[in-house]
Amino acid sequence: MKKQKLVVVGNGMAGMRCIEELLKLAPDLYDIVVFGAEPHPNYNRILLSPVLAGEMTMSDIVLNPLQWYADNNIGLYTGKTVVKIDRTARQVVADDGTVEEYDRLLLATGSTPFMLPVPGRDLPGVIGYRDIKDTDEMIAAAGRYRHAVVIGGGLLGLEAANGLKQRGMDVTVVHLMPWLMERQLDKAAAGMLQASLEARGLKFLLEKQTEALIRGPESEGGRVSAVRFKDGLEIPADLVVMAAGIRPNTALAESARLYCNRGIVVNDTMQTYDPRIYAVGECVAHRGIAYGLVAPLFEQAKVCANHLANFGIARYAGSVTSTKLKVTGIDLFSAGNFLGGEGTDEIVLNDPSGGVYKKLVLKNDILVGAVLYGDTADGPWYFQLVKDGQDIHEIRDHLMFGQGHVGDVGHAGKTQAASMPDEAEVCGCNGVCKGDIVKAIKANGLFTLDEVRKHTKASSSCGSCTGLVEQILASTIGGAYTPAESKDKAVCGCTDHSHGTVRAAIRDQHLLSIPAVMQALEWRTPNGCASCRPALNYYLISTWPGEAKDDPQSRFINERAHANIQKDGTYSVVPRMWGGLTTPSELRAIADVADKYRVPTVKMTGGARVDLLGIKKEDLPKVWADLGKAGMVSGHAYGKSIRTVKTCVGAEHCRFGTQKSMAMGVKLEKMLFGMWSPHKVKLAVSGCPRNCAEAGIKDVGVIGVDSGYELYVAGNGGIKTEVAQFMCKVKSDEEVKEYSGAFLQLYREEGWYLERTCHYVARVGLDHVKAAVVDDPARRRDLYERLLFALQDYEDPWQQAVQQPQRRREYEVIALTPVAEAAT
Amino acid sequence: MSDWTRICALDEIAPQGSRVVATAQGDIAIFRTADDSVFGLHDKCPHKGGPLSQGMIHGDTVTCPLHGWKLGLADGQVIAPDKGCARRFAVKLDGGAVWLQLN
Repeated sequence: MKKQKLVVVGNGMAGMRCIEELLKLAPDLYDIVVFGAEPHPNYNRILLSPVLAGEMTMSDIVLNPLQWYADNNIGLYTGKTVVKIDRTARQVVADDGTVEEYDRLLLATGSTPFMLPVPGRDLPGVIGYRDIKDTDEMIAAAGRYRHAVVIGGGLLGLEAANGLKQRGMDVTVVHLMPWLMERQLDKAAAGMLQASLEARGLKFLLEKQTEALIRGPESEGGRVSAVRFKDGLEIPADLVVMAAGIRPNTALAESARLYCNRGIVVNDTMQTYDPRIYAVGECVAHRGIAYGLVAPLFEQAKVCANHLANFGIARYAGSVTSTKLKVTGIDLFSAGNFLGGEGTDEIVLNDPSGGVYKKLVLKNDILVGAVLYGDTADGPWYFQLVKDGQDIHEIRDHLMFGQGHVGDVGHAGKTQAASMPDEAEVCGCNGVCKGDIVKAIKANGLFTLDEVRKHTKASSSCGSCTGLVEQILASTIGGAYTPAESKDKAVCGCTDHSHGTVRAAIRDQHLLSIPAVMQALEWRTPNGCASCRPALNYYLISTWPGEAKDDPQSRFINERAHANIQKDGTYSVVPRMWGGLTTPSELRAIADVADKYRVPTVKMTGGARVDLLGIKKEDLPKVWADLGKAGMVSGHAYGKSIRTVKTCVGAEHCRFGTQKSMAMGVKLEKMLFGMWSPHKVKLAVSGCPRNCAEAGIKDVGVIGVDSGYELYVAGNGGIKTEVAQFMCKVKSDEEVKEYSGAFLQLYREEGWYLERTCHYVARVGLDHVKAAVVDDPARRRDLYERLLFALQDYEDPWQQAVQQPQRRREYEVIALTPVAEAAT
Repeated sequence: MSDWTRICALDEIAPQGSRVVATAQGDIAIFRTADDSVFGLHDKCPHKGGPLSQGMIHGDTVTCPLHGWKLGLADGQVIAPDKGCARRFAVKLDGGAVWLQLN
């Protein structure tokens, strides 16, 4: 079959992002031809400001080099402007007479700077700020002239002014409104911004209306020489940059009689009134809004590509936008509805001397907007909350103080990326410095956290520096930054479905195997990847215990081998000690194993169990056989599963003990043996509020008091130190088991793979947990029973490996016995 | 060069699983994909020496268990943006058995 032909008008960021998305989905569906009016391949327009400021060069900002077009068989016309669309003949005509026919047409014509309708607007030296040509002209002017006037105190105007100042010009910013960046900032934050820009030598004229641009002497080529305002003031100007807004380029579409108002009007699948013709980017009006920032354009591009690929499952429903000023050294962030208004509350922190201002706008316990100045560390987090529309009533009292990165470890307590020098280590796991990240973002044209992770490895291991990396991303690419969807984030690159929808499909459609899930949800890869397969396997066995079959090949090696892989490929073995109790004969057996297999290292784990490190894989079944003879079973120190129940001595021996914590711990650990979960689960039982078992940082912490037990949930002592929250108080050991079990079952049923209880509870809210586990006895019992059902008949995986030849094979190395093959 | 050595029956490697063969040239990982193709790679990730045989197999790719680098089973090449490659060994299926060519 002959391929359909797709013609793209506009070789900019929106159009090419759409083509990239399309090539990912359906690489062979279309013959593609691109028209670009500029003589360049697609470049990163957002980074023109750093180029102007002399921080980057033009070649740094090319997104798709010419080779990319060639590699993907895309026909490219640069320097050709399309002047006509003939919708009947389905062809476009360029200014030089080039004609291309289309089956589908994509308009990505972008916008042009709005040039104020004042006398002198056409003089030499008066320019907009849009493309490489404008930037070159500004750089050239900075080398020859002194006075620059920027008309417009918005995002673009300030970035232009900052760049010209850094190139040595005397710069005045003229603004019609009473304060700068009025579309992104409230008055207080704008005042602080102005003061700090003034300290760098920029001048400002606010509430000034430009009347005319004055022509200079003919000896200077009739170049602009001054700006005159309505109030009679006149200031010298050798260069005038108009940055007073943009106008969508709709002329071409209008000439083809496509309906336009603020921009080319499109529906939720980015189609114009002619369904063969799509439009994306700044030229578009969607639900009455024309976006001028890059993040929404990328979302549009994704939806458009989906429709062009005949998938038709994506819809564009508009974007919440955020702003980050890209002026080096100035920290400014805003998102959503930051001006507030009727029905909204504002939480404000204002410290003018300290240079910090923060305003959060709330409506009905939902964060709808934020402005941050001076400390933007929590900008990405607030933006996420705005985008998710999450109910924040539980955290309202400390919302202003941020996400609490202080609990995170691994980056020397730093919470603000802007103040970090380039050589500061951001990612302590992978040794990635701030400079490496900035360089990678710029050099590779990265826009998302995932891309940064792939290219630099920063925040790809433990994730504790994610907030910092997001800040660096935001400050490097400014308005193009958009946080990953937290609620609807795709499981991995194999699918667009989120963890939530996958879980629901498995439950609602009674799916019982990984291939069945992949078929039902149209996975893009034949058998998934190392991210999605373990997640699917967990969802299947936790949703349908006894029905869905566990797939060892979809488990990470530790869970497949039932031991922890170490850096040299050996394994560690941790025998279970119920509640942390052991016996002389167990210890003797462990000592014998350590001797017999020459175990190089024996230590105590963080969960207070004995760890035998450095065991060869082929020795594992032998080690387990010996341990098994002494009655020991797997300690599951390797699994997304129940790990340990840590205990203090308790009332059995301790003079302060109020409850028998050791016995309680043993009961809990035996009850939970074999429990797989979204992530690892650790418990602790203390016999009195002195809490020697450190129950305050466990997934479930039990604290004995004279009248019974207090139950705490969702604590964490790892990457992020998180204090467990009080769930309820109970009277008996049996109740401890029932309430803890019900909580863990709820987590097992609703948690997303690799989500610890602290993240799960932060997502669903403690009220949700209490409603199911504490307030509703019937639901609690159901949860508890489902947990017990799932755990019944669980057998020690170590002894299975010892006894079943088929399982044992996993551990055997094949020794070579050469047999020459006769036939070859 | 055609020193083909019989390694094991195909059934002795789980689908999407692997086995390790100890040879004079070091450990070699023999992989079996979901569609029963077989491949051989030096059992050492070019990143930090992780045992590729212990990784998860998806399509014709293996993910190293230590730090998640992905390698093509057919060419031993690391998938971009990471760079590197693991040595390949010729492996074939014949009569329900897996054969390895050592040279």
